[in-house]
Amino acid sequence: MGGLEKKKYERGAATNYITRNRARKKLQLSLPDFRRLCILKGIYPHEPKHKKKVNKGSTAPRTFYLLKDIKFLLHEPIVNKFREYKVFVRKLRKAYGKSEWGTVERLKDNKPTYKLDHIVKERYPTFIDALRDLDDALSMCFLFSTFPRTGKCHVQTIQLCRRLAVEFQNYVIASRSLRKVFLSIKGIYYQAEVLGQPITWITPYAFAHDHPTDVDYRVMATFTEFYTTLLGFVNFRLYQSLNLVYPPKIDSQAEDELKPAEGKEYAMDSESYLEKLSGLSASLARAVAPTHEDEVEMDEFPVEGETAELMDAKKKEQEALEKHKKLFEGLRFFLNREVPREPLAFVIRCFGGQVSWDKSLCIGATYEATDPSITHHIIDRPHLDKQVVGRYYLQPQWVFDSVNAKLCLPVADYFPGVLLPPHLSPFVTEKEGDYVPPEKLKLLALQRGENPDEESEEEEEEEEEEEEEGDNDKEEEEDESEKEEEMKLQKMEEQKTQSTQSNKVLPVKVTAGKVRVEDKQRLEQEQQSEEKRLAIMMMKKREKYLYKKIMFGKKRKIREANKLAEKRKAHDAALKEQKKKKKKARQA
Amino acid sequence: SQEFPDPFAVDFPHVGYDLDGRRIYKPLRSRDELDLFLEKMENPEYWRTVQDRQTGADVRLSEEQLELVQRLQRGQFGDVNFDPYEPSVDFFSHEVRIHPVTNRPADKRSFIPSLVEKEKVSKLVHAIKMGWIQPRKPKENVPTFYDLWAQEDPNSILGRHKMHVPAPKIPLPGHEESYNPPPEFLLSPEEKLAWEQQDPSERRLGFIPQKFRSLRAVPAYSRFIHERFERCLDLYLCPRQRKMRVNVDPEDLIPKLPRPRDLQPFPTTQALVRISGNIHLELMEFWDFGKQGRGSDDGSVRLWEVSSGRCLRSLTLGAVVRSVAWNPNPSICLLAVALEEQVLLVNPGLGDRLLVAATDQLLDSWEAPEEERVQPVRWIPASPEERAKGIRLLVQHDKPVTQVTWHAKGDYWASVVRNPGGRQVLIHQSSRRWSQDPFRKSPGMIQCVQFHPLRPYFLVASQRSVRIYNLLRQELTKKLQSNCQWISSMAVHPGGDNVICGSYDSKLAWFDLDLSTRPYRLLRHHRRALRSVAFHRRYPLFASGSDDGTVIVCHGMVYSDLLQNPLLVPLKVLKGHAPALDLGVLDVAFHPHQPWLFSSGADGTVRLYT
Repeated sequence: MGGLEKKKYERGAATNYITRNRARKKLQLSLPDFRRLCILKGIYPHEPKHKKKVNKGSTAPRTFYLLKDIKFLLHEPIVNKFREYKVFVRKLRKAYGKSEWGTVERLKDNKPTYKLDHIVKERYPTFIDALRDLDDALSMCFLFSTFPRTGKCHVQTIQLCRRLAVEFQNYVIASRSLRKVFLSIKGIYYQAEVLGQPITWITPYAFAHDHPTDVDYRVMATFTEFYTTLLGFVNFRLYQSLNLVYPPKIDSQAEDELKPAEGKEYAMDSESYLEKLSGLSASLARAVAPTHEDEVEMDEFPVEGETAELMDAKKKEQEALEKHKKLFEGLRFFLNREVPREPLAFVIRCFGGQVSWDKSLCIGATYEATDPSITHHIIDRPHLDKQVVGRYYLQPQWVFDSVNAKLCLPVADYFPGVLLPPHLSPFVTEKEGDYVPPEKLKLLALQRGENPDEESEEEEEEEEEEEEEGDNDKEEEEDESEKEEEMKLQKMEEQKTQSTQSNKVLPVKVTAGKVRVEDKQRLEQEQQSEEKRLAIMMMKKREKYLYKKIMFGKKRKIREANKLAEKRKAHDAALKEQKKKKKKARQA
Repeated sequence: SQEFPDPFAVDFPHVGYDLDGRRIYKPLRSRDELDLFLEKMENPEYWRTVQDRQTGADVRLSEEQLELVQRLQRGQFGDVNFDPYEPSVDFFSHEVRIHPVTNRPADKRSFIPSLVEKEKVSKLVHAIKMGWIQPRKPKENVPTFYDLWAQEDPNSILGRHKMHVPAPKIPLPGHEESYNPPPEFLLSPEEKLAWEQQDPSERRLGFIPQKFRSLRAVPAYSRFIHERFERCLDLYLCPRQRKMRVNVDPEDLIPKLPRPRDLQPFPTTQALVRISGNIHLELMEFWDFGKQGRGSDDGSVRLWEVSSGRCLRSLTLGAVVRSVAWNPNPSICLLAVALEEQVLLVNPGLGDRLLVAATDQLLDSWEAPEEERVQPVRWIPASPEERAKGIRLLVQHDKPVTQVTWHAKGDYWASVVRNPGGRQVLIHQSSRRWSQDPFRKSPGMIQCVQFHPLRPYFLVASQRSVRIYNLLRQELTKKLQSNCQWISSMAVHPGGDNVICGSYDSKLAWFDLDLSTRPYRLLRHHRRALRSVAFHRRYPLFASGSDDGTVIVCHGMVYSDLLQNPLLVPLKVLKGHAPALDLGVLDVAFHPHQPWLFSSGADGTVRLYT
């Protein structure tokens, strides 16, 4: 034997992890600085597999970082900038205390700043990586751009956020990459497809924020600092990919149109420029004049069999996409004053429509409400007194539903004052066994090209009922096995009761036998279900646990779907009842 | 005269004091409010009458005094003749004079450089030299944003990026989050109440779905900033881990077993029920020729013929029968009955007369040895009355006997005595009327024993393990760990290489003696404690009866090929026994030739499944 004694916790997992406090000490940073560094560099804690081993035998709750991550942070130039900034603050305080205003001035001029360019490059080595992580950045920038310019955070940050958000919106309009929109109670969700990556972001409704007190704005500001840098670079690259000028410039032709006719200056040029941009009504200037033949046609290669089918499907998809992009082409919209302007203008412009609004509402209105060429007038009030012939007056939901349905929906359901059809989430794709709301079924039928409106309403109702019955049939099938079991149990019970009865009185009684009709299918099914049950008995413990868990989840799903279907049925029945009553009342 | 401050003067009758200290009284005033009012109305001079505070007398203001008051009210100077806008006269400079105003010579310090300033400058110079003061940095004219990914270098993708776990995206909203969801997604009042009472961390939905008639009516979401903040916290505080999500079809998890109908024959339906009153404990044992012996705790042993279902004989013994066992030797007709502290060897006199006579002869051929040996039990020949009942020998133990079991040859048998800590197992030889205790020390609490059907082995099941002893070499060959808490019963496969153990913690352990001392399979088929297990002698079947009132018949195929493991397939769950007193099925036994199963339960029935 012999050799050195092996000490505990000097090898293996214990050496791979480091607690937060030790990491902080190793980096010589205060906790807020450490937090900032972690946020900027994207370092997150790790959960060790054997916590007790890593924690050197203790079970106290601690946050662990990978030692490699912390060593990686040691080389970060920003850490030095943090320290410089700390020194700067100290000097400044001292100068203030001594009332040395010259020094204060000089110090302020030399305020240490840092750039996050290298961190962005380091975290996202390729552009696609950056696009993949854009969701949070966009949501955050859109939120910050709605903040009031007081307190909470720096005005510059808010302005920058607003600028970047508007730039991104303009890009989406120019590239027509918006795919889905959803009006939720939390805000408006948008989904765009940029270079094949789906990017989803949420914007709050345009109201003043009720600023919560239990939120640490410093953390959010640090995130925003990084996100604005990221979004700026991404915007630059995106604009470049479309041959657009960055920072964006309004097309000179459009600019002329936008010039206030009266010659009255609205604001300083530099200030109004962002507002004009955020009007979203003008197209952007291109660095290279657009050539209309740049739509590259796909070269066709001779292919066979399945690949050919695949190619065909792809082609069809491509065509559908092109059609979707030109959904509102040729339509002219006008937004009434009570309608949220920005989201609607954004969505309409993304699909090729022309849009304008009241001149007093926002800069950038291109035509007036009286323009006879307006095809759709978006309005969100119960009724309008003066209606112009030759245009549809519609509620805003029509625009969003049409975008999600990828076709211009029939307008009748969306007239002002009409009870709107439900607004469905475009992000849900129902799988087999999931609950599908009847509106979705109707929509799918519309997309397939069938027109359910032609059939009379009653028929429709019947259909719905049938559908529901169909659903019920499915449920019954699912329940059948259970029912069988129940039947069996009942039989057994009967037997038991018989036997117990026979305990008391000996059943020496002969009754006429009955011819039993045996349902072969049923028997078969019974046998199969029993076989399955027996096989389940033979499963290993771990597999059985897994199986039970999966089946539990499945059953819960079915239960929830059934519950929703039932609720719907009850609701529809109540509606029908009401209609009947109304009819009767009318007749009487 | 001395004067009071004004507020004091109100309540006193005097105004002050004169030099001699006498009070100066206020002029008598008998006027009340009414008089004042009348005066106000009637006196045309009232508006210019003022009360003199010092004397209390009313004074009528003169014209000059009125003028003064009006001027002061207008903000003018009191003096009428004062002119505030007189032209100013620049005293020093409007007229240049030849003489200076002051004739003081200039200071010396105005000619020499300032020391204080020099000190300050030198400090600044020093600070600049030392680099403490930086000159103003020239503004860099670099655009903030440029093409960062101009050269995408594949080498820049480091190991870090491959190890990086991207944060999961926020789940996308469903229909219920819509501002105008389908009506079925709205919560009913009960659901809403349940939602409110739930802990926020347990809620499946973070918000209550709401329906608004129009987009105009939708308010701001109050938790918007919260949710973004929580997302931020998740991004930098949550440990990330790659979790392998099990994505299996549950049908794939179910083992592929041969179908039960391909493994026929096995008992499937209940064919016979025998009701025997309120008898609790029932035991069954088959004799080769289809006769069945049965003991019950009303103190009788009954013998039935299976083919006809007739009760052939009934022996009333007057004490609780714990165990019965037929002699497995086909040339001997003998039944061992455990009755309290005795074991009776009974010749029931059934079957061939020659056989009965041969059995009696075998038992009677014993001759007492010359020297009496000390035995742990007493062998007592039966008295004439007992002999008439069929009892041939009584073996008197010192403690209650719980089990008797025969060796396959039919000469030796073993009995288990309930005697914790002392002698628990005895092996007897009926032809020589000779008993012995095989163990020097007790191997724990013994539940049951079995003779190996082929080899000279003896299996002893204690609470948690089964020991296998070699009787010839008198040593322990194997100790099977059952992984159960408390073994209740045990059965040996007729092939001899497999053992099953039932336990009170509702498990059935199948041991393959060639494979390991651990169970080859631990079957958890029953929901309650197992009471008995049995192997079929000819068919690859085994059965287990449990307190939940079910008997499960399984296919247990043992292959002669050593490389192939036994195949266990559950075939049928036989229900029928009603649990009584928390007991269900007490004993199960297979018919020796037919695939029939008998089970006896606590509800006082014996059921035959065919």
